[in-house]
Amino acid sequence: MSTSVSPAGTAPAVRDRDDRVRTRSFTSRLLSRPEIGSLIGALAVFVLFAAVAPTFRQASSLATVAYAGSTIGIMAVAVALLMIGGEFDLSAGVVVTTTALTAATFAYQLRLNLWVGVVVSLLVALAVGAFNGWLLMRTGLPSFLITLGTFFMLQGINLGVTKLLTGGVSSSAVSDMDGWDSARAVFASTISIGGVGVRITVFWWILFVAVATWTLLRTRVGNWIFAVGGDSASARAVGVPVKRTKIGLFMTVGFCGWFVGMHQLFSFDSIQSGGGVGQEFIYIIAAVVGGCLLTGGYGSAVGSAIGALIFGMTSLGIVYAGWDANWFKLFLGVMLLLATIVNLVVKNHAAKR
Amino acid sequence: MSTDTHQRTGGPGHSPNTEILRLTDVGKSYGNVHALRGVSLSVKQGEITCVLGDNGAGKSTLIKVVAGLHQHTEGTVEVNGEAVRFTSPRESLERGIATVYQDLALVPLMSIWRNFFLGSELRTGFGPFKHLDVKRMMEITDEELTKMGISVPDLERPVGALSGGQRQCIAIARAIYFGAKVLILDEPTAALGVKQSGVVLKYVAKARDAGLGVIFITHNPHHAYLVGNHFVILNRGHVSLDKPRQEITLDELTNEMAGGAELEALSHELSVPGETPENAAGLTTARTTGR
Repeated sequence: MSTSVSPAGTAPAVRDRDDRVRTRSFTSRLLSRPEIGSLIGALAVFVLFAAVAPTFRQASSLATVAYAGSTIGIMAVAVALLMIGGEFDLSAGVVVTTTALTAATFAYQLRLNLWVGVVVSLLVALAVGAFNGWLLMRTGLPSFLITLGTFFMLQGINLGVTKLLTGGVSSSAVSDMDGWDSARAVFASTISIGGVGVRITVFWWILFVAVATWTLLRTRVGNWIFAVGGDSASARAVGVPVKRTKIGLFMTVGFCGWFVGMHQLFSFDSIQSGGGVGQEFIYIIAAVVGGCLLTGGYGSAVGSAIGALIFGMTSLGIVYAGWDANWFKLFLGVMLLLATIVNLVVKNHAAKR
Repeated sequence: MSTDTHQRTGGPGHSPNTEILRLTDVGKSYGNVHALRGVSLSVKQGEITCVLGDNGAGKSTLIKVVAGLHQHTEGTVEVNGEAVRFTSPRESLERGIATVYQDLALVPLMSIWRNFFLGSELRTGFGPFKHLDVKRMMEITDEELTKMGISVPDLERPVGALSGGQRQCIAIARAIYFGAKVLILDEPTAALGVKQSGVVLKYVAKARDAGLGVIFITHNPHHAYLVGNHFVILNRGHVSLDKPRQEITLDELTNEMAGGAELEALSHELSVPGETPENAAGLTTARTTGR
């Protein structure tokens, strides 16, 4: 602790080190990691449900929890990168539905292999992201407003186009079409590990988080992401391509939205056109619980994964514990507040040492 | 980027007094507002050109033109005798013009070494596995900061946790390391205490001794006179004074800077009847004796 006052004013001789600064301890460095608050939270939630719900402790339940975490986490990692880059994307929830609808409808209407639909929907997802980013850089409006606009636009397109083509509120069933089996294997299969079925999204999720972490901490682009979120004017002044970085981040959100969309399509066969609304907040909350600052420039990809895992544990833990599932939202709100407060306290405490 | 080779290309012995940057009749208007009119300025190697002026005199606009944040609307900007028009800060940097801004020098939440190499990161590996050479960057940062006499607890520390003076020094050290030929300092001492200002001024002198041409923007004539070789005062977008050090004293500079005649008029206006307006009297005598 910094209770001992350093002997100020003694012997102002020339020396290498400033006598007012001391090296920081390992624990204070560890505590200054962005994901530490969420890690404590995740452990607390795990212990709670492991204690009250015996089923929660089974391996198959944990696999289900990991699956629930993965569908949120794949998006949350992209949203976290975007938030570190200083921006929001409110269209992140509906873009998932848009990509799934695009893939199904495109392939179905033109009687093509489903993989064509998959590729087309990827292009659509990247285009939505690029549009968000381009408009943001072009106008300088807050990303909150711009993506709120695209959120409503996509929602309208989802419902309108589906109604126009199918006359209903869901896309046509595509499970008998060419390419279903191979696409399902990639996006929605189950892999058995020691007798426990683990959904493939869990492995994709781990891969995406690993790639995102490596990119953030060990590549030039990662440096740029922190810089544009922390202070974009400074970043621009030292030659960081702010525009490209931010547009790239929005396109990453588009890419992950496409991935989750494909997962939904190939696990459920047909897609409800009104889906995805409200999910964007879940992604943002997972990122914030994981230590991302709302103001940008700070956060981690691993944190977003822990945030998503807390969601998975809570939503299923309540069921396993036999509680009324309606309490989930209350729990969510409490979790969010606690995690952000813990993050704040821990960060301030560590920064002072 | 092969940083080792192109740092300090112009050492102290390397053809001093060569003109690097020249502005001729540069003007900049924002719509109807003429922020700069007919400004001529010359920056030589191993010299410090001080640009002084009150708020709104056009100092910031002048740097922004040279740094590539804005484009001039009249006149010419020449780097090494070649007319240029920068459309981005990157272009200006590539010409060897580095700007250290008062407020937008560094990203506060990022660590010291990341800030030091921001925009010019060193990388190793190839293809998709190209990644930051963290070890080397930390070594170089440590070395450069030690050379400058800056002591930091650890290089992973966010820059926001450092003092204003340390931050300015890191930004200056960075500009020198990355082979700047012209260093533009935007009010580097404005928010600093006496001691910290002294430290920053020492680095400014070091940059000069390393053979850089320095543009030192300030509204403190005392700081300017400590290090400057040449003084330019801007007033409402015009150059109102342009003199080498030999032709001007600190008193004259202070007086010119304060607005000279304008201040005299002000002191009369503010003076209480029956009392001698001391400040103005002092300044006027200084002015008359100085001339």
